[in-house]
Amino acid sequence: MKGTRRIQGVARVNIGIVVFPGSNCDADTYHAIRDVLAQHAQYVWHEERSLDGLDAVILPGGFSYGDYLRAGAIAATSPAVRALRPYIAAGGLVLGICNGFQTLLEAGLLPGAMQPNLGGRFRCEFVHVRTERVDTPFTCGFAPGDVLRIPIAHAEGRYIIDSTGRPALAAHRQVVFRYCDARGNVTPAANPNGAEDGIAGISSPSGAVLGLMPHPERASEELVGGTSGLRIFSSLVLWITTGRRLSMQPVEVH
Amino acid sequence: MSVLAGVRTVRIIVTLKPGVLDAPGQAILKGLAALGHDGVRTVHAGRYFEIELEGDERLDERVREMCEGFLANTLIEQYRYEIV
Repeated sequence: MKGTRRIQGVARVNIGIVVFPGSNCDADTYHAIRDVLAQHAQYVWHEERSLDGLDAVILPGGFSYGDYLRAGAIAATSPAVRALRPYIAAGGLVLGICNGFQTLLEAGLLPGAMQPNLGGRFRCEFVHVRTERVDTPFTCGFAPGDVLRIPIAHAEGRYIIDSTGRPALAAHRQVVFRYCDARGNVTPAANPNGAEDGIAGISSPSGAVLGLMPHPERASEELVGGTSGLRIFSSLVLWITTGRRLSMQPVEVH
Repeated sequence: MSVLAGVRTVRIIVTLKPGVLDAPGQAILKGLAALGHDGVRTVHAGRYFEIELEGDERLDERVREMCEGFLANTLIEQYRYEIV
């Protein structure tokens, strides 16, 4: 636990939340980490060049730079996002939520691209997602097939990948979450945006980097409709506090 | 002094690759039809950039770098440009 802080004698994981102009889920994410899970959270301004000392970095949801050019495209050029590449190579963990996922794609840290939702609508509603992979830092507290109920809020969430990237995505088991119905069936009706293969979240081959469209910070307390999302953050804390290691080196970051 | 030196204007157009669903283009097509513009077969939506920069021998190469690394997402988009 390289960045672990001791607060009142208790070890806490140290999670950085990158703030871009136009981020709007940074405070909700901070709240989930600090107030709900009692861990150490800190805001990291997008001009920060070093991510040293952080156990994990979260790129939060929002509309960085007003979604100008393409969602996440300008955030991907920021010093903090450019610092992710060496941070990941050194064993760092990264979670991108919604706009943060779009930013990871634009930065080339995850494969594929986002397109406007099929149907042309901004979708803001609870959806179900099925957990497809549990050997990642963000899903280590799950059982395979676990169904989460988490809200989405996006206009550009139709994940696509080209024919060259598609086989690698499958070969490296990179699909971590798929949209499904309440019973865990992946169906076209349960897919809110037309994403390829019902994809709601993917990781890097090692699992060190995860991007997902649903907002776990918005499902972190019963008061706001459920705690499915909190399980992603508590998995991350579990992973770090129990000193788990990735089964493969995160060399896939190019 | 190179003929390419001095401030040059580059006009860049980015559009979706053929076969990639153009949701904005389709929505605009519906809008045109709703306004009574008959016979419109297709609409391709895209982005236009006009960039002024110092020209040099590498101008073409630099413009391509800007397009491929940033202005276009070449997974789903294509670009064309003219240097004026």
